Formats: sequence, C-alpha cells, structure tokens
Amino acid sequence: MSNANTKVKEPLFHVVKRIGMPTWQSWLIRIVSVVFALIICGVITVLMTGENPLQVYATIIKGAVGTERRIWSLAQNTAILLCVSLAVTPAFKMKFWNIGAEGQVLIGGLATTWCMLNFGDKLPNWLLIIVLLVVSIVSAALWAVIPAFFKARWNTNETLFTLMMNYIAIQIVSYYVLIHSNPKGSGFIGVINPNTEAGWLPKLFGQQYMINILIVIFLTVFMYIYLKYNKHGYELSVVGESENTARYIGINVKKVIIRTMILSGAICGIAGFLLVSGTDHTITRDTAGGRGFTAIMVSWLAKFNPIYMILTSLLIVFLQRGAGEISTVFNLNQSFSEIITGIIIFFIIGSEFFVNYSIKFREKEGK
Amino acid sequence: MSSNAAIELKHITKTFGSIVANKDVSLTVRRGEILSILGENGSGKTTLMNMISGIYFPDSGQIFIDGKEVVIKSPRDAFDYKIGMIHQHFKLVDVFSATENIVLGLNDGKFNIKESAVKVKALADKYGFEIDPAKKIYDMSVSEKQTVEILKVLYRGADILILDEPTAVLTPQETSKLFDVLRKMKEDGKSIIIITHKLHEVLSLSDYVAVLRKGEYIGTVKTSETNESELTEMMVGKKIDLNIKREKPVNPVDRLVVKGLNCVNREGVKVLNNVSFTVRSGEILGIAGIAGSGQRELLEAIAGLQHLEDGDIFYNNPKTNHVDNLRDKTPVQIRELGVRLSFVPEDRLGMGLVGNMDIIDNMMLRSYKKGVSPFLERKTPKELAEKIIESLEVVTPSAQTPVRRLSGGNVQKVLVGREIAATPTVLMVAYPVRGLDINSSYMIYDLLNEQKEKGTAVVFVGEDLDVLIALCDRIIVIGGGTITGEVVGTEAKKEEIGLLMTKSSGGAKDE
Repeated sequence: MSNANTKVKEPLFHVVKRIGMPTWQSWLIRIVSVVFALIICGVITVLMTGENPLQVYATIIKGAVGTERRIWSLAQNTAILLCVSLAVTPAFKMKFWNIGAEGQVLIGGLATTWCMLNFGDKLPNWLLIIVLLVVSIVSAALWAVIPAFFKARWNTNETLFTLMMNYIAIQIVSYYVLIHSNPKGSGFIGVINPNTEAGWLPKLFGQQYMINILIVIFLTVFMYIYLKYNKHGYELSVVGESENTARYIGINVKKVIIRTMILSGAICGIAGFLLVSGTDHTITRDTAGGRGFTAIMVSWLAKFNPIYMILTSLLIVFLQRGAGEISTVFNLNQSFSEIITGIIIFFIIGSEFFVNYSIKFREKEGK
Repeated sequence: MSSNAAIELKHITKTFGSIVANKDVSLTVRRGEILSILGENGSGKTTLMNMISGIYFPDSGQIFIDGKEVVIKSPRDAFDYKIGMIHQHFKLVDVFSATENIVLGLNDGKFNIKESAVKVKALADKYGFEIDPAKKIYDMSVSEKQTVEILKVLYRGADILILDEPTAVLTPQETSKLFDVLRKMKEDGKSIIIITHKLHEVLSLSDYVAVLRKGEYIGTVKTSETNESELTEMMVGKKIDLNIKREKPVNPVDRLVVKGLNCVNREGVKVLNNVSFTVRSGEILGIAGIAGSGQRELLEAIAGLQHLEDGDIFYNNPKTNHVDNLRDKTPVQIRELGVRLSFVPEDRLGMGLVGNMDIIDNMMLRSYKKGVSPFLERKTPKELAEKIIESLEVVTPSAQTPVRRLSGGNVQKVLVGREIAATPTVLMVAYPVRGLDINSSYMIYDLLNEQKEKGTAVVFVGEDLDVLIALCDRIIVIGGGTITGEVVGTEAKKEEIGLLMTKSSGGAKDE
C-alpha cells in the first residue's frame, strides 16, 4: 500500500536547529558569507555601472588602508565607533534600549568645548585635559541618567525618551555653536585654540591619534571584564533577563538601572571628549556623525561581546571609508557605496541564521 | 496493518543536532478510539505530535492516514488531512470573541459571523461543551479557552484530534467534564490522541496506551489489561514505589508565626484577608486551595516580595533564639537578619531562574554577593552545579547549558537543588511538581522529606490533594484569601479539604 502514493514528495528542504557547532566552523560560515556578499556586489556593480568589480574592490581597500595616513584614520574612526558601542552595550544587555548615545556623545563633546574655550589659557595643559575628561564624563552621565531615573521611578519608555533627548542635545549644540561662532556669524566655532593647542590631546610616539586608540583599548578590556567577571555586570544581565528574578534574589532593580546608565553615559562622554579634544578640536551638530546609532548595530552584531566589537566596528568603518572612496574615484554617487555596504552587512547578519540552523535537503529520489 | 486505522506512524525518527527526540516510533490509532501517549518529561511526546501536526518534519519514517502514505509539511497540510492539534499553550487572539477566533484564518469564501456563531453553538451542543460564542477570550477562564481551541479544530472538520497535556491546567471537575466530551467524540467516530503523564487519567479515559521513554518507543498496551505499576515501569524503566513516606515530626518548634496578614494587589483587590498560621520546624505544612486564592501573594509576602497592608511575620531564629519580624523587609534585609529562607516560586523561569543563563550562573544567583571582591567567584557555583546535576540526575549536555533548554522537570531540579543547597531553616515551595513526571515528582517529595528530617520548616503549596494528604503533617486550606480550615495530614479526607476549598468568606464573587 505504501508505494501506491509515489506522488507525495518530501519537501525540498527543511530547517534544523544546530547544537554545539565548533567556533572555527561558525567563523568559516561568516567568512564565506562575506565572500558571497562580495560576489553579489560585483555582479551588481557590473550591471549598474559597468565598472570592473575587481577594480572597485581594489579602490575600496585603497580607500580604507591605502596610505599610512588612511590607516591611522581608519584606526581612529574605528576607535571612536568602538567607544560608543562599548557605551551602549551594558544598557542593551540590561534590555534598556538606549538609543540616545548620539546625544550623550554630543553633550560630552559640548562640555569639552566649553572647558576648552573658557579655561584654554588659564590652566596648564595636563590639568586642562584632566578637567576636560572629568567634565565630559560627568555631564554625559548626567544627561544619560535622566531617562534612567524616569524609567526606574515611573517606568517610562526609555526608547522614546532617549531618542527625543538626542534632538534636544543636537539643538543645544546648534545653539551653542551659533552663539560662539568664530568668526562671528559664520555659524562655525572653527578650530579652538589653534595657536596654543590648549586642551588638545597631545601626540604620542609622533602619532596624533595614539592616545585616543589607547584609551579605547583600555575601555574595551575594562568593559569585557566588567560584563563577564564583575558583580555589577552580572546584576545587570539578571535585570535584563528577568526583573522578577532580580527582585526575588534581592537585587535593587532601580539602582542597577541608574548605575548602568551612568556608566553608559560616562563612556559616551569619553567618546565626545575624544572627538573634540582628540580629533576635531571643534564641535558641530554633526560631531557624533550618527555613531550613536551605528554603535547599536556594532554591539548587536558582536552579540554584546566587547572583544568581538573590535572586529565589527572595524568592519563597518572599513566599509564606510572604502565605499566613500569609490564614490569619488568612479564618480558614482554616495548611494552606490551605501548599497554595497548594505549588501555586505545584510550577508553578515544573514550568516547568523546558518550558524544557528542548518538546512537539510531531501534525500535523493528513488526509494 | 488494520484497515480501519485512522492514522499510523511507521519508524518515525527525529533528531535535533545530536539529541534524538524520537527513535523508530510506530503507532496506530483507529477510528473511534482514544490513545494515550505516556512518557516522562523529555521523552519526545510533544515532538512526535508536532510531526503529525506539521510543525516539525521527521528525519525518516512514514505517516499513513486511512492507509495512504502522506507527507505533512505544514499545519495547513495537517488540516487538509483533518488533523487538529490542541497545544498546551493556547494560540488565541485575546480581544476576539470565541467565534471570531474559531473562524480566524479559515477561508471558505464567505464571512458571516452570525452564521458561524450558530454553527459553533450547534457543534458545542453536539458534544456537550458549554460556551458562549460571543464571549471575548480575555473574559474566559482557562478551561473555556481550551474549549475554544477544541472547537476551533472541530469546526475545521478534524477527525483526528491531538491534545497536548490538556488537563495540566484544569481543576478536577473541569477535567471530568472534558473527559465526558472526549468520550462523546469517540462515539462519534473521531480518533483522539492525548498526551499526559497522569496515570489515573490514562486508565480512566483511553483505550490504548503507547509508552515512550527517552525518545524510544517502548510499546502499546490495552488499557483494560494494564495497571498503574506496569505503566510506570514501562515509562521509567524500573519499578517505582508509589507510596510517599511520612515520618513523625521530631520535636517541632514554632519557626514562623504569621499573624493577621492583609494584602491588596495592584488592581486594588484584596488577595489576603487576615491570614494567620504557624509553621514548625521538622514538619511539612501543606497549603491547599483553588489556584489563585492568594497562595502566591502569601509566599511572596513571607519572602519579602509583597507589600502588606497589615500583619506580622515572626521568625524564631534557631541559633540565637531571637524573634524577628520580617514584615516589609526586602529579601536582602531578611538575609542580613540571618534568616535562611529558601523559596521555590511557582514561576520557575520567570522568577526563580534566568532562562538564558547557564546552570552555573543560575547557581550564582544565591551566592554571588558573598565577599567584598568586586569580581564574581564562579568556582563554588560550578561545583554546586555539578553536584546537583549528579545527585539529582539532571539531564543536560553540560553545566554550561542555558537553563531554558532543559525540560520542565530538569529546570525544577536545578531550582530546588539550589534552594536546598542554601541549608534553609524555612523552605517554601509552590507547586513543585507541576508538569513533572512521576520519577522527578517522587524525587522532589523525597527531597522535601529529607529537609523535614533535618529540621527545616517546609511549606508546600500544592494542587494534588492525594499528594498533600500523603506528604504533609498539617494542611491549611485557603479560599478567597482567607484560611478556611486546618486539618491533620494523617486524618485528612479529600472530600473535607475539597469542601473547605470552596468555602470562602466573600472572596468567591470574582468569577
């Protein structure tokens, strides 16, 4: 009777959950997915622009790491993005959706600017830089603790709250820039203390960005240890997973929310300080440059692991800088480079599916 | 193969990674027959049923319906073969009425809700369901929601019904009502597969019993030719003593004296009304009552998680002989007083444990605060995790496995193991064997008895009256937030407790 029904077929494939895949295999999948992404991008490049995709890729690489200056610039941008990503990570692990990093970075940068303008010629440089760091940390932490306080006290929605605070921060910076614009009426502050370089992070080993990079490396290690081995880090994960369990075990949930957001804001403040004192030596409303949002992606892609975040932030900055280069070299508009970046990130995120699941194809027809 | 087989499975195998959920399972259900699938937690009952209803696809094996081989790729295919599954967790839209939920997703070309409501009513009357087709889901009790789920599959013309642990959420009265309905369906020629691990239900309802053990098919027996101990042996693989032992308490001392507790919940409803009782060391105090009569609030109040309007909780410290009032203290403050209070809450993954953390980190929940170092100490929790896995026979790939991946019984063992490891002087457990198989349940009873022997004051909130009567030294009954009576375990009668459960002063009007 069983062979009366040869019409019925097994489905072509079905999805099976994987358990216990070795690490090298999961990384192989991720690398293969990037290769696939590059092939697809190549095809799209040919179809849309007629350019040789290999040349396009070569330009991307050249644009990102073509000269020594570009390598340093890549490292610097990666460090800043990584810094903001580290900042949002504890909040996200606690399931506190802090999408206000953009504003928190700006507030930190604004505090730095204010101190540079006011104390620039009044304090010795080493003291000034310490003051800048402390003031930017404190102000950004205060900015970040406002939504945390409301959340802890009245259970407000932190997503909307932090998002709206971004706009307030941007407007405060715009206002400040307008009032203190130099020359007057230009709408820009211009480089602060260009002659004395007061409040500028000094060069180290002859490299302008070395201190920035070292500070972020320190923060990365700090955050890794904080989340994995510190009691505070453990408490915030418990709160993130289940507030009831946290209460049951005697964790003060409100305290943890506020404490974690102070940390998150403080690191954003450092990022703002590094941008103003260590990089731009001025501030505009675009100083944070969307990093507050990109950082969320960096953090998620790395599954909240600070060490993996080095890779994910590097990847994203690499693509951004390389893609920027192709738009100038080939006279393609900015959108094209964004298409390519988008495709590659899509593949990387998609590869996680194949890390977690495998697809079983139907066995050969016949029996 | 018998010609009147409604559904027949042959050599079904399903694996998840390296874990074999079902191995070479074959079974048959004929028209007008009820088959029980019996097995411990994690024996693969639900996986097997999910393959029939199109949620999973078997790795190998064949499924025949009315003698024809079929391939069920999706729940829609299953509907086409007139298979309907009633899941343990209901899949209903809260803001819709019963009828709306029943016709939802059904595309028969027309949409006439009034006509449908009439049809639903007729269907309900045919099988003896009590249902108001216009009632919204959010107004319904658990058993009414289940009725809607069953009607949903019947409305779609299902001939083969699969019920996944339907009685787990029902009171004894609701269960017997459901069984009457199922028997009527059987007379109507429907085939019914019911998953359960309550032996007396299996024996009273089904025609045949198929037993699974650790994914393997052990065999099918005719219900009329078997008994509880034979089924247990098939299911567990060894003989089990179904008696719960009860030693006489050794010099009991008043450990916890609860006086005049009053408590109002978030909606402003009074959930505890002047509750007073005493828990003594070296005895097990049972708390019986209909679910939601204030048991949860009572335990949470003692554990420092529930604000009280009024009342006192006196703890008599056995070391210092000091009496402390625990009222309105936080869990941390209670611990700082030197009170060794352990609590196994009803909601295991939502309150007692963190599902996404591994067993070691869950062990650490109780111990991580110890010491002044800002860093975590994982060595002791790791040893504890390994000890619990070994001594309580927790089935897990490793101590690093997230707790949510474990089956219900194993989750409970991890939680109870951790709470007992704190060497408590008071141990409160809420529904500790809910959803657990026989083997695990008896292990939990043994653990509670062990604590009792050590002089711990044990509070046991339970639902199975037989177990309460067999295990507890004293039983207090709670109804509508008040204590309606107290009975001595050795003299208690089931009927007496049942009567006390429904006797509540004014609290019964919330239905």
